[in-house]
Amino acid sequence: MPNQKIKVPFTGTPEQERLLREAIERHRDEKGATMPILQKAQEIYGYLPEEVQLIIAEALDLSLSEIYGVVSFYSQFSLNPMGKHVVSVCMGTACYVKGAGEILEKCEQKLGIKAGEITPDGKFSIAAVRCIGACGLAPVLTIGPDVHGRLVPAQIDGILEKYMKE
Amino acid sequence: MDTVRITINGISVDARRGSTILEAARAAGIKIPTLCFLKQVNAIGSCRICVVDVKGARNNVAACTYPVSDGMEVLTGTAEILKARKATLELILSNHRMDCLTCLRNQSCELQQLAMEFGLEHMRYVTDKSEPEIEASEMHLVRDNSKCILCRRCVAVCKHHQSVAVIGPNDRGYATHISCAFDRNLAEVPCVSDGQCIVACPTGALTEKDDTEKVWQALGDPSKHVVVGVAPSIRVTLGECFGNPVGTNVEGRMVAALNRLGFDNVFDINHTADLTVMEEGTEFTRRFEAKDRLPMITSCSPAWIRFCEKMYPEFIPNLSSCKSPQQMFGAITKTMYAKDKGIDPKDIVTVSIMPCTAKKFEIHRDNQQAVPGLADVDISITTRELARMITRAGIIFNELPEEAFNEIASTAGFIFGTTGGVMEAALRTVYEVVTGGAPESVEFLEVRGIGGIKEVNYDIGGRTVRVAAASGLASAKKLLDMIKSGEKEYDFIEMMACPGGCVNGGGQPIQSASVRNFVDLRKARAAAIYSADSKAEMRKSHENPFIKRLYEEYFDEPGSHKAHEALHTTYKAQPKYKL
Repeated sequence: MPNQKIKVPFTGTPEQERLLREAIERHRDEKGATMPILQKAQEIYGYLPEEVQLIIAEALDLSLSEIYGVVSFYSQFSLNPMGKHVVSVCMGTACYVKGAGEILEKCEQKLGIKAGEITPDGKFSIAAVRCIGACGLAPVLTIGPDVHGRLVPAQIDGILEKYMKE
Repeated sequence: MDTVRITINGISVDARRGSTILEAARAAGIKIPTLCFLKQVNAIGSCRICVVDVKGARNNVAACTYPVSDGMEVLTGTAEILKARKATLELILSNHRMDCLTCLRNQSCELQQLAMEFGLEHMRYVTDKSEPEIEASEMHLVRDNSKCILCRRCVAVCKHHQSVAVIGPNDRGYATHISCAFDRNLAEVPCVSDGQCIVACPTGALTEKDDTEKVWQALGDPSKHVVVGVAPSIRVTLGECFGNPVGTNVEGRMVAALNRLGFDNVFDINHTADLTVMEEGTEFTRRFEAKDRLPMITSCSPAWIRFCEKMYPEFIPNLSSCKSPQQMFGAITKTMYAKDKGIDPKDIVTVSIMPCTAKKFEIHRDNQQAVPGLADVDISITTRELARMITRAGIIFNELPEEAFNEIASTAGFIFGTTGGVMEAALRTVYEVVTGGAPESVEFLEVRGIGGIKEVNYDIGGRTVRVAAASGLASAKKLLDMIKSGEKEYDFIEMMACPGGCVNGGGQPIQSASVRNFVDLRKARAAAIYSADSKAEMRKSHENPFIKRLYEEYFDEPGSHKAHEALHTTYKAQPKYKL
């Protein structure tokens, strides 16, 4: 069965794998080696796909489940790369009470992915982020450098369509 | 014994230094409730059900992990403590799908028991789990996370005892759930179906796939001749399902119950364990003489076989080619028995009663068809499922008369049910075959006991045979790694996937932690087997008249071409992950 958590095919290069294996060798005898190795792996690949987690698990004589347990516990780790356009929906308190939940839902509907995922064409990813400090514009989202504020759900389709055409 | 003096609820008691408050209290006749704690499996002090008041401590402490110390003053049942425990239980229940009436673990559920003991008369919080969350990709197990309380007993046994670690806590906080990597199915990861997670689960989150309906259907079909075979260890565990103490041998009542359930024939798989000894013993003698693929490793435990095929494929050539006693039972029933009775093997349904959930997988393995196109064994059910059938049929088990199997097997086959037993049974026969004389004692005590790895050298006819027995897959892994590194060398190895062997199999009666924390199931159940063995007259497989007749009439001799066709099988490497 295809992996349900990761939306894009793995495109790792031999060079990336060489760097990863180097990092594993550097840290493997340390106590708690898993964390620094995972951090380095994310630096190398930009995210932590199954293929990469499996290399780490086998090298450390751990099971894939143990590695995935750590990866899914910490929000610093990502299972998907970032898309060309990152739709960051602010979930801070002000935005939240102003209906950020519906905004996020609308984005997810339009793009067919959940927060933390990437569209199969690699064009969009959605992130549910903490307060971005623009509470006056609540509810607010950013797409790359662009800020879209005082949103109502009906605007979302139009906004996203502009980026889809790019 | 090195002790410390402590007071529990105002009573002064001596407790073993290093023991926990839980153990000290139990020794003083006080039960402290537990949930996540399971002795020798999980001691993480996380569920907070066992909290007690220790004078001077900042907070309530977890009795399951907190060690006693001199002068310690412990209160286990104050109003404050009872209130704290009850609040914890209410919170645990607030995301537990309460499906008690239709749950397989109704009345054997530790959570239900606590709710009763704590006097939980109404729910302050409404549960948010309304739908089952089912994963049933494997042949042996159903997981329903809507009943999981995140105690992690399954995770601990999978990792520490079985070394496969295919399940773990995923995600974080309220989203935490027990699953495989990437929430994949168990069928995609190296689960070997030993079922130790099921017997560790305090609730109905993990249960065996219940195949009793298939048995009822076969029994109700007049065109079918249904033969049941019962594994060695079942007679020393089945009684527990009917309230008998751990380690009660109920062979007579078990046979009576099987007769009353309406099977057309009741077969003792101790016979095919004897048959396995003949085949495996012969195979070993030949391979030992020829120094061929040593160490030879036993093949009775299907979870071990799966483990070997997935994790250590380089040892596949070392596996004995013998089918397991379950499969040999099916094979001779559909060939010899069918011929003797004049029944078309297509009309025979073979049902096995097993201590094991991996047996549900084994019946579907390749190359397990003595009659081409027909599975050797059609349905494999666990001890628990048999108990369920007996209850459902209205058979009052404890009032049954003692009945006997049609033909008595040797107790060499019987001791297969515990770690070291297959080895000891084989040695009893191999010794005589090789030397032509009887060993000094029929008991090979060095391979007995619940240790994870046992090793010993025996002198057989002037030659040293180096044997080892490992139980629990973590021990198997350790042993194989030592062989790989060259640290150890053996000639003959017995592997059993479950710690302590089949008596502690994943299909055996579930005993709650309140029992398991104070009684070693492996020891108590094995003791019942060895006790019967010590009193028996026929203790060697090759003395079994049934076996002698099988060879005279059908197989000519052990290891013959005919025997190979019906009683042996093959293995092949399997991918660890199916990603």
